[in-house]
Amino acid sequence: MRREFTSDPRLRLREARDEAVHFRARAIAGFVLIAACLLGLGSRFAYLQIARHDEFTARSDQNRISVRSIAPTRGLIYDRNGVLLADNIAAFRLEIVPENTKDLPQLLEDLGAVVALSDDDLERFNALRKAKHSFESIPLRFKLSEDEIARFSTERWRFPGVDVVPYLTRAYPHGEEFAHLIGYVGRIDAADAEKLDAQEYAGTTHIGKTGIERYYEDELHGQVGYEKVEVNVDKRPLRVLPDRVAPKSGKNIYLTIDARLQRVAADAFEGRAGAAVAIDPRNGEVLAMVSVPSFDPNLFVNGIGKIDYATLLNAPDKPLLDRTIAGNFTPGSTVKPYLGLGGVELGLRRPEDTVFSTGEFHIPGQERGYRDDKKGGHGRVDLVQAIAQSVNTYFYSLAYDMGIDRFSGWMANFGFGKPTGIDLNGESAGVLPSQAWKRARMHQPWYPGETVIAGIGQGYWVITPIQLAHALATMAAKGVRHVPHLVHALQDGLNADPQDVPEDPPQPSFIHNMANWSAVLQGMIAVTGPTGTARGLGDNFPYTIAGKTGTAERFSRTDEEWQNIMSVAVERHEVLFEAFTPAEDPRIAVVVALQAGHTGAHDAAPIARKIFDAWLKDIDGGHG
Amino acid sequence: MNLLARLQAWLVRALREPRLDLPLLSALLVLGLCGLTTLYSASDLDSHLLLNQALRFVLGGALMLLISRVPPTVLRNWTPWLYAASLLMLVAVAALGQGRGTHRWLNLGVMRFQPSELVKLTLPMMVAWYLHARDLPPRWLTLAAVAVLIAIPALLIARQPDLGTALLVVASGVFAIFLSGLAWWRIGLLLACAAGAAPLLWHFMHEYQRNRLRMFLDPESDPLGNGWHIIQSEIAVGSGGWFGKGWHHGTQSRLEFLPEHTTDFVFAVFSEEWGLIGVIALLALYIFIVGRGLMIAANARDTYSRLLAGSISMAFFVYVMVNGGMITGLLPVVGVPLPLISYGGTSAVSLLAGFGVLMSIHAHRKLMSR
Repeated sequence: MRREFTSDPRLRLREARDEAVHFRARAIAGFVLIAACLLGLGSRFAYLQIARHDEFTARSDQNRISVRSIAPTRGLIYDRNGVLLADNIAAFRLEIVPENTKDLPQLLEDLGAVVALSDDDLERFNALRKAKHSFESIPLRFKLSEDEIARFSTERWRFPGVDVVPYLTRAYPHGEEFAHLIGYVGRIDAADAEKLDAQEYAGTTHIGKTGIERYYEDELHGQVGYEKVEVNVDKRPLRVLPDRVAPKSGKNIYLTIDARLQRVAADAFEGRAGAAVAIDPRNGEVLAMVSVPSFDPNLFVNGIGKIDYATLLNAPDKPLLDRTIAGNFTPGSTVKPYLGLGGVELGLRRPEDTVFSTGEFHIPGQERGYRDDKKGGHGRVDLVQAIAQSVNTYFYSLAYDMGIDRFSGWMANFGFGKPTGIDLNGESAGVLPSQAWKRARMHQPWYPGETVIAGIGQGYWVITPIQLAHALATMAAKGVRHVPHLVHALQDGLNADPQDVPEDPPQPSFIHNMANWSAVLQGMIAVTGPTGTARGLGDNFPYTIAGKTGTAERFSRTDEEWQNIMSVAVERHEVLFEAFTPAEDPRIAVVVALQAGHTGAHDAAPIARKIFDAWLKDIDGGHG
Repeated sequence: MNLLARLQAWLVRALREPRLDLPLLSALLVLGLCGLTTLYSASDLDSHLLLNQALRFVLGGALMLLISRVPPTVLRNWTPWLYAASLLMLVAVAALGQGRGTHRWLNLGVMRFQPSELVKLTLPMMVAWYLHARDLPPRWLTLAAVAVLIAIPALLIARQPDLGTALLVVASGVFAIFLSGLAWWRIGLLLACAAGAAPLLWHFMHEYQRNRLRMFLDPESDPLGNGWHIIQSEIAVGSGGWFGKGWHHGTQSRLEFLPEHTTDFVFAVFSEEWGLIGVIALLALYIFIVGRGLMIAANARDTYSRLLAGSISMAFFVYVMVNGGMITGLLPVVGVPLPLISYGGTSAVSLLAGFGVLMSIHAHRKLMSR
């Protein structure tokens, strides 16, 4: 469609001018079109930048601001006099930023020549490394010794990306003496993490695993703090932003425990397996609570090595077991004062009523004999003498007359057969023999003979030392039950005044006639008197000691000949002693239980006396 | 020897008496400075990158100066040959080119070169050349011939695949037709046909292109994958507000949430740091440049010059529109740079070469008119 050329130049000029005019119109149309488009684009910008500005600002901040938790400092634990029992000490650990290293496996090998690295360390490090970014610092070895820090420092140039970093770690200066009671903290594991408030524990690495550390975790932990960090798209923190919420330290705990008493009690065992509990019967405060043998809780804080743990776990004398709350003992004769009180309170006996002990008790119409500890018997004894000399026959017949239902009903008053409710986890309930228990547990009916032996604390009976101490304290407090407890006061920050933790108001005494109680008390006082089973225990002690011995058979010996009890292998007996003092106005009640021994008087009572002596020094020194 | 002396004399003259349009030149200068400032921030103060871009501006500026000395008549005479040469290069690239998974680059030994950038200039030249000798406004047959002229390079470029450039190439050709006075009813008919054929396009798209389109329709369906670009870009723009976060305070780019923040998404950085006020100012600058280009076209002495200058100016707008639409989620993600601000060599150089053509047309406007 070639255009026909006009030869007339003017015509061509005009045509050209027409075209130019046409073009101008099109150019204007184009410009308007473009302006409209750009206006639309501008509106889109305005929509995003003005109408939706807040939304996008929030999302931009969400992109760049990462909230980093700051773990609170854990509360400290003191004894009642302010002796520090659980501390946070500065320690040093080795940390590696994988990104800054060149050949990590080689580096770890070289590092192992400078600082001891166990397989556990490496395993933990590798596990953490998988879970973290390569620019994050990952701990490799905790609690470096001064030597190790010095050695590393001189060779630091060889280890780019490796650093010594200070941190706070839990330390238990009294170690073994408080291992069970205070327990220990350990690294938060998967099972802990499931139960925890993820937000509160976001920066926290350790949690109370046992003892007070576990029971009072909520008080000790404190409140998490936050700081905001600007991160890039790889979540790498670039700088800390100004607004910061400081963490709130956990509360300091003042225990009811007297550290000196605790030490004396622990030492008094001289390594023999057992437990001792001392309670202030006026209020249920636990003054000492030891379980022997023990272990070093500091081993657990930063992860105990596999070998150490296996050694502890498999040791025959079970150092990890807290015998005070979970050690099962047969109470033996220690239950006699409680039963004796039941006899008079329930109207089955008067205090002056006597029983003739011939050396053997028979259920009417039955062949089988139930023996006294003394060949030929103790003769005619009343309640006081029966307790003082631990006359089995008196309590055989009393239990038999009482019958199992009234027996277990009465004994339950002292808290037998159920946890005391002390502020520790893992307390055993023990066993208070009853028809219901036997039916539930063994699907068998109850036999009268079982009532008879229950009367001397044998048979199905199981108690824990804390349970017996609670019963003893209840007896000492004339039937008023105070729940045993370990925390005396809480302190919110070092400068705050410790706030006493109020005790739950106790229930009124379940004893109706205090004359009955006085009779039992006389019996218990007589135990340490000249004819008592623990005679001589109160020599040179300013206050009267009221107590009761217990030597429990671990195996039946009904078929054996009479033997001098001292010649029987110690492994045959669990021996116990319970006592409180001053008898007239009891201020301390002590239970000592040994897993093996000759008799309660011979082995357990001296430990109780040592505790009383130490307690005496404390109250003379103005404490208490 | 003689040739060298002549070239030298020509260069001296070019520098002594530049035939440049001052308003356009100032606007370009402001835009270039604005681009360098934005890039310096977007690259997190990378002076090496800044220097590279400045060097390209110098190179492009020199090219602009050179081309401005070439009379439109000479350009017109060379047009078919230049067009043919650029087509050849496209074919060469398709046969032996290299690039990141795509065949866009031609390695010339000293520098790598993208023939598709050259086409951005030679195609409007060719369409203008073809139309200037025809009866205007064009009818269907002329239109069909022009369509073939456009389609050959556009298809070659789309196959590379470089949809963005193909789009720009097609746009520059289409604008030439539009400016040639194509009847409105024909335009309407063509637009209707195009709309009807759009679903067919889906069929010919690559999977990644389809993904981009899907993400454009619903970016939140895959916020960490294909939708990431759009979402982060909208966050950057939206969080800028009225006045922006301030130069080098754009967190989206500095903390690398925004990908490709020096190239295709540099506009998002600008919007984040300068806010709506900055965006309006920048858009005003662009529209001024387009308007000035169209004025130059209107004052040009012949049809060829008019169509060429007009289509170059209008194509310039397409860059802004497509890039701006992309970073605000108005249009799907297409790799089109923000002119003279996005980091990248060939586009800056070819754009400035285009403005060189405009300058030349401006300089020679009086020689034949009136």
